[in-house]
Amino acid sequence: MSTLEIKDLHVSVKTEDGPKEILKGVTLTIKDGETHAIMGPNGSGKSTLAYSVAGHPKYDVTSGSVTLDGQDVLAMSVDERARAGLFLAMQYPVEVPGVSVSNFLRTAKTAVDGEAPKLRTWVKDVNKALQDLNLDPTFGQRSVNEGFSGGEKKRHEIAQLELLNPKIAVLDETDSGLDIDALKVVSEGVNRFRSQEGKGVLLITHYTRILRYITPDRVHVFVDGKIADQGGPELADALEAEGYDKYLNKAPA
Amino acid sequence: MTVTDAARESVESMLEANPTRSHLNPPPSYDLADHPLPTGREEIWRFTPLKRLRGILDGEASAAHLTWETSLPEGVTLTEITAEQAVELGELAPNDRPSALAVARAGGALLLDIPAEAEPDAPVWLKLHGESVDDLVWGQLVIRFGRFSKATVVLEHTGSARYSATTTVVVGDGANANVLSLQDWDDDAVHLGRDAIRVGRDASVRHTAITFGGDVVRLNANVEYDGPGGEAELLGLYFADEGQHLEHRLFADHNQPRTKSHVVYKGALQGQGAHTVWIGNVLIRKIAEGIETYEENRNLVLTDGCHADSVPNLEIETGEIEGAGHASATGRFDDEQLFYLRSRGVSEAESRRLVVHGFFNDLIRKVGVASLEEKLMATVEEELAKNVLKDVTG
Ligand SMILES: Nc1ncnc2c1ncn2[C@@H]1O[C@H](COP(=O)(O)OP(=O)(O)OP(=O)(O)O)[C@@H](O)[C@H]1O
Ligand SMILES: [Mg+2]
Repeated sequence: MSTLEIKDLHVSVKTEDGPKEILKGVTLTIKDGETHAIMGPNGSGKSTLAYSVAGHPKYDVTSGSVTLDGQDVLAMSVDERARAGLFLAMQYPVEVPGVSVSNFLRTAKTAVDGEAPKLRTWVKDVNKALQDLNLDPTFGQRSVNEGFSGGEKKRHEIAQLELLNPKIAVLDETDSGLDIDALKVVSEGVNRFRSQEGKGVLLITHYTRILRYITPDRVHVFVDGKIADQGGPELADALEAEGYDKYLNKAPA
Repeated sequence: MTVTDAARESVESMLEANPTRSHLNPPPSYDLADHPLPTGREEIWRFTPLKRLRGILDGEASAAHLTWETSLPEGVTLTEITAEQAVELGELAPNDRPSALAVARAGGALLLDIPAEAEPDAPVWLKLHGESVDDLVWGQLVIRFGRFSKATVVLEHTGSARYSATTTVVVGDGANANVLSLQDWDDDAVHLGRDAIRVGRDASVRHTAITFGGDVVRLNANVEYDGPGGEAELLGLYFADEGQHLEHRLFADHNQPRTKSHVVYKGALQGQGAHTVWIGNVLIRKIAEGIETYEENRNLVLTDGCHADSVPNLEIETGEIEGAGHASATGRFDDEQLFYLRSRGVSEAESRRLVVHGFFNDLIRKVGVASLEEKLMATVEEELAKNVLKDVTG
């Protein structure tokens, strides 16, 4: 069972002219086993929502709540949130020079499970996860994200998703920058993850392309820090045909 | 010990053959009068806390010494020589007061000799240990890598002393030399050192300075070339704690064409008053066409109250170079890196540990002495335990 509940979330960032509100009251519930897509134009606050849920220090939550199975997520530190079962696949994964992928994965797995993985099965699991995402086994020896192509970084995020196997995955534009083959590989990874019992997915995207491979239960249209519309998968088709114009025109000037 | 006029003459004639001098580096000389007591305003002394040198700069000859525990593979010898013999072997004349004093006061030198074409399969290991900071110790050493030899020499410094030493590394033609100086002193030690390297024709040398301990450690690593085609890699790793002054000064003198120098120094600082200094001087002389040089210094500031000075200097007298570059950066923990690791469940302390290990990792792997790599990792770990991990646990 896993339910992520976001209620009336207001988030601001610090700027030179004082705090600037970016999320202006977001309410969203991902129930047991559901996949939700968030679509919206550049700068509408999609990444802000993802980062705020994960606990990035740059964002200040000024009001509202986020709970995971009833637990107060906002009261947890970044790593506590991950250990509680949240995973964020980042739009721009960060390079960590000198830390090998295999060391990183083992450290992360040990942290989320609270114990070190069994060595023999772990090596096999890592190799399989990399292989499934079309990443050469030599990636294990490379530094985390350093020198990875854009597509490799995204595939590495999904390999982590599969290995760490959280309750809820927030995927921030994992599809952007992927060619069609990589998009399929990544989608298959996400589908393997969510085919398990009770796994929730919050899929943030700019384009409907990925939704052909990962069918969402709900689609939310995000504009100016708020959800402007929501519906079933058919809403994505409408967005594909019409774009965001009608929502943007409605927004106050 | 006095240096004979003959010895001085040979040094002078060498200098005349190469009259161009770096304005950043005083000209070499055995004459103490050429290296007056510094006031602290001199370019080469302005970063150093002179008072904390505890009188080394006008120190007298002394009977004190470090104990040497040596591990010499077959064929490698360590013998006493005179200062005159050191000059004949190609010692590079002192270029600052501590190295001039070391020659003047040491009362004789040591020669570590790796014969031509020798390729010992174990490193030459010299463990130098001091008993007390009350001891003033002078050292003069020549390390000779014979033609086409290939060997690793590790100099390990532990315990405490006020130690001023000059070491010349003569790398014969085609030789492959790996020299590592590890400063693992007790908290009160003062160490002034100068490693001067002559790289033979088509020879390659890697010199690594690793400094963790000591109150004040100030090391020079100088390189010049005896012929074209020589390559030098100068590496360094340091970790300064509360109150420590760790200073590393590099000088790559490209006095021959088609030579290479590659410098990478990385340091971490933690605790009130931790101070590191890195000076990277590169001189590309007129005749040094087709050379390549790159120097890099990175510092990771782990806590408040630390200070890292980092000064790369490039003097270029010819336009005909293959490549010359430098990078210098001093920064704190990268919040984005920490966030990324923590978003995978890794605790803050563990994330910091990973980042610092990662910072030093590539350098430690380059050291090329397997038994040291683990020890270095462990030392980094101990250093981290003092501060970085302490203040964030829980
Ligand atoms: N430090 C800051 N100062 C001012 N504005 C900021 C700051 N950080 C973020 N913003 C603004 O917040 C808004 C939301 O950014 P966010 O990255 O969440 O958008 P997004 O929907 O993910 O966009 P994209 O589709 O380009 O990824 C943007 O208008 C951005 O410029
Ligand atoms: Mg975004």
